[in-house]
Parts: sequence; C-alpha cells; structure tokens
Amino acid sequence: MKATDDAQHRGPATIPWLRAELLEGRMETRTARSLVFDVPGWAGHHAGQHVDVKLTSEDGYSAQRSYSIASASASGQLELTVQVVSHGELSPYLVEVMSPGDELELRGPIGGWFRWTEEFTEPVLLVGGGSGIVPLMAILRERIRTGSTAPVHFICVARTPDHVFYTNELHSVDQSHADVLVDRLYTRSGLADDARAAGRLNLHDLPPPSSGDTGITRAYVCGPTGFVESAADLLLGRGHPPTAIRTERFGPTGG
Amino acid sequence: MEQSHEFAVDGNAVAGPLSEIFAFDVTSVQVNCNHCGATNPFAEEIAYVGGPGTVLRCADCASVVGRFVKTPDSVWLDLSGSASWRIGTSQ
Repeated sequence: MKATDDAQHRGPATIPWLRAELLEGRMETRTARSLVFDVPGWAGHHAGQHVDVKLTSEDGYSAQRSYSIASASASGQLELTVQVVSHGELSPYLVEVMSPGDELELRGPIGGWFRWTEEFTEPVLLVGGGSGIVPLMAILRERIRTGSTAPVHFICVARTPDHVFYTNELHSVDQSHADVLVDRLYTRSGLADDARAAGRLNLHDLPPPSSGDTGITRAYVCGPTGFVESAADLLLGRGHPPTAIRTERFGPTGG
Repeated sequence: MEQSHEFAVDGNAVAGPLSEIFAFDVTSVQVNCNHCGATNPFAEEIAYVGGPGTVLRCADCASVVGRFVKTPDSVWLDLSGSASWRIGTSQ
C-alpha cells in the first residue's frame, strides 16, 4: 500500500497547509474586516472551529496566528472576521492591506471541543464579547444553513452599537426566524431608546437553562479572557450546569 | 486560587501547532491536574504562548499541566504536571 508507506515515512499525518486566495473583503466596523477566501482542497468544517493562518515574507520570515471561522461549512471556501490588534503581526495586514487576489496559507479545521453541529438538537445559547462573536456567528449561520430547528438565543456584547459585527445580517435573521433571538448589549453606550442601561453583562441579561423535552441548553461563550470568565460564572449562577458550558477565550497576544 | 490571566489564551489556541505532534484533536482531551486533581477539557485550560514554547496551566489551580517546546530538530513534551490525559476514541 503506497499510501501507508508514505505515511510511515512522513510520520504522523498532520493537517496540511492550504493556499487561500482572498475573494472579497468587507469592513464590519472601523477596525474589523470579514475576509472571504477561496481555498482549493478545503473540505468544510464544524461551526466553532478555527484555522491557523500563516504569512511568509519575501525574506522567509513567517508569522502565524489562529482565527475563528465565521462562515457556515462549505467546501472550497471560508470566511474569517479579523479585528485589528495594535502592533499585531498579522491583523493590520489582513484588515488594512490584503487585496482580492492576494494569497496566504492556512490549515484546519482545528478544534473539536468548541463546536456545534446540526446533530445537536438542544436549545443553543451563544454569548459573545467583542470579536468573540465570530465563531458564534458560524454556529448561527450553520444552524440556518442546515435547517436545524434548535432554538438559538444569541447575546452579542459590544462596547457601542458601532462595535457590533454583522449588524444587518443579525437584524434580518432575528426578524425572519421565530426561533432565533438576537440580543445586542452595550457596555459603554447604547442607543437612545434601549431599555437596558449600558453596562457589563449581568445575571439579568442571561436566560436560565431550558430543561424538559428539549434537553438542556448548550451554552457557548467566546471573548476576551475577563469576559469569558465572568460570563461563565454568571451562567453557573443562572443554573447552567458546568458540563453544558463551553468556552473559548483569546488574549491580547492575538493579532 | 485566583490569578490574573490577562495575557493568557486557552488550549484552543495551541491546537493547531499540536496537531503536528498528535494524531488526535487535543482540544477534547480531558486533562487531570496532578496538583489539585481537577479535570478540565484541554480547550479550556490556560495557555501562555508568548515564550519560546507553550505553557498550559490548570484552569482551576493554575499549576503547570503541560509544556511544549519546539527546537530545530525535536519537540519536547513535559506532561509531568498532568496526572492523566483521557483521549476519547468515539469520534
């Protein structure tokens, strides 16, 4: 068996690096951009997973970072949303410079823990802070793509309305799907007619877990470390069992 | 014990590099801390990635449960802080 021989010579099978060409980009906020890539050989992914992105300069120096996938699963294509990190190595290029037709390398999909598939029929609670809503958006998009009937409650926490990604899409999904509820919560300043005063996420912002026939709510929390720790504590305080809460955190080392 | 994890990420962020070493997805591994006995998914342990290698700390007590360092010709794994890794085989 030639394939086996090859595998033995190369050692354990690793996730291969693939070439990805930027098809289009669009700004989500003043400092965040969604990038759609054409990736020959990409077989699709589970919502919530991420990719490692590698850029190599002409002198051979390469920088590598991981970014959550924002899109629903598709073969040959994926979308990332990248927030600029000051003095970051990759994000300023991805957000401000990279043009359609430019290429980079990526590998994935990575991560089997923080993921959602249509096989999960329980209600879903998504709690995202800042750019932490990216993998949660993938879950929402996958839920809609697959026609799953799992109820989704998506809580997006941002500094101000200007900091929310996917504004139009979230609004239209919220309006057109009876079993999808989208809450936008602001920590610094909100809209004039908001019933909720701007401020940090608190216990009253979060629903209790569902129970009974639908199964226990699956909660996914993603954001900066401090946000994730406090949101996870609040969910526990709200009665969500620890085993039903999955978290993903990122720190200022991103970029 | 509460520590500041302001500069930390989590195990999700190191799964890509570790996929070069392990044939399974590390994020779903249940890591048992040798210091406090807590068991947490690898994905939710605390990861420090800024140094020459990666340090993984227990999400409960912050003890080091794993160290991973890549040199030009080798990869070093120090798992002495883990009592066990439970690797699921069902998926």
